[in-house]
Amino acid sequence: MGLFDRYEGLLEAYRDVRTTGYDPFQIRMERVLSPTEAIINGRKTLLVGTNNYFGLTFDPSCMEAAIEAIRAEGTGTTGSRIANGSYTEHVALEQEIAEFYGKKHCMVFTTGYQANLGLISTLAGEGDQLLIDADSHASIYDACKMTQAEVVRFKHNDPSSLEARLRRLGDRPGNRVVVLEGIYSMLGDSAPLREFIDVCKKYGAYVIVDEAHSLGALGDNGRGLCESAGVLDDCHFIVGTFSKTLGAIGGYCVSNDPDFDILRVTVRSYMFTASLPPSIVASVRQALKVVKAKPELRTQLWSNVATLYEGLAAKGFKLGPEHGPVVGVHLPDRMIAIGFWRAMLDAGIYVNVAVPPATPNGVSLLRCSVCAVHTKEQLEHMVEVMTGIARQFGVLEDRTLRVVGGAH
Amino acid sequence: MIVETDGMTETLERTRVSGQSRAEVIREICRHLAPFQTGERPITGDTVIAKDLTIDSLAIMDMVMELEDHFDISIPMNVVAEIHTVDQLADTIQKLCARR
Repeated sequence: MGLFDRYEGLLEAYRDVRTTGYDPFQIRMERVLSPTEAIINGRKTLLVGTNNYFGLTFDPSCMEAAIEAIRAEGTGTTGSRIANGSYTEHVALEQEIAEFYGKKHCMVFTTGYQANLGLISTLAGEGDQLLIDADSHASIYDACKMTQAEVVRFKHNDPSSLEARLRRLGDRPGNRVVVLEGIYSMLGDSAPLREFIDVCKKYGAYVIVDEAHSLGALGDNGRGLCESAGVLDDCHFIVGTFSKTLGAIGGYCVSNDPDFDILRVTVRSYMFTASLPPSIVASVRQALKVVKAKPELRTQLWSNVATLYEGLAAKGFKLGPEHGPVVGVHLPDRMIAIGFWRAMLDAGIYVNVAVPPATPNGVSLLRCSVCAVHTKEQLEHMVEVMTGIARQFGVLEDRTLRVVGGAH
Repeated sequence: MIVETDGMTETLERTRVSGQSRAEVIREICRHLAPFQTGERPITGDTVIAKDLTIDSLAIMDMVMELEDHFDISIPMNVVAEIHTVDQLADTIQKLCARR
């Protein structure tokens, strides 16, 4: 048996995708011009698929901070925090994030993926029960493969499904650890966090909330769903990333647990990888200041979300269940999704295409992520372009028929 | 669809313990798997779920969630990973029902 024989089905699907033209998994940005524009295939392209929610990748103050840090401390740390020591700035960043959440402790990771992977697999150990949402991110699923705990899935965003699973555990020994996400990355929907917290309290379960897509976007201070749902104190661990709203890379975890620091010598994805370079730490610290100082970015983001979501909804597109910084557009199948995606790229608009098995319930999606610095005109143009392509693909057919029917 | 009837004595024995007859468990599993049946080949106890049917790993996990709620049990993911056939899935469900 050849090494890749087991991927035969996947290879076939991948070949299908590539024969349609550009390979969506190997898109090359020839030159990135701004948070919202890049040159792709030689043409200026509108970016609506970069998770760059506040557009801070080109914020002059963040860029300056990063450049200054490189001049002062070099390009990299070349080692892990445990083996090679922390820089003063790593510790300062951790203090600033802890303060941002009003929590006592913070630990910074090199990526958000590693934060979930390490934290979840370490917190839930042998004899414990880990309960995860069915639509959890890959980093959460991968943590489940590493843990010795029993793992059970509950139905997406369904507190009663979680409750049934906690109830079934009865008086069995072991910690119950529940993992939730603030905003889910495929359809942009938020967890009913308050209801989940009530269930967790009833059964004495610990709660980890991943705010990767909600940091900056939700809450009066941008702390995420924990803040907007008013349950900051009830979330035992909050995880997040620097790679979206904060425009860099890295992950974090905050908590009030008095023994939090034991994680620094138990979480392997923290211990055995190089720490964040000075430039990233510096730009993230500055980005956090920008998030605090400019709440108008949040207002602008949601106003843009409304423009895109309501614009597409009015044309008859089937969308994710609610407004979110991610707007998921449902398409009938994989090949239409890929064809649609390619037609958009030809028209100068870049979004993400998401197809099974990477999507919940086998759906095929165009995944659009909105940026605070998109202009209304850019997004209105996008709605027009998508409507035109949808007509070509016959995706909006039903609605047209209804309209015709209504005219009789 | 063929429902396995081998080992009837054992089945009856289990029925008393768990309150879920094996036939009932198999029937419920087959109900969920029917949409993924290929060709004329019936689903039996020996059917290898991930191989003989057109069901992907995510859909298997979703089916397990439905079965969990139907029988009011929880089947941990690491247990699901060890299950290959319809019979093995039925065994697991009956065992967990008995422990309930």
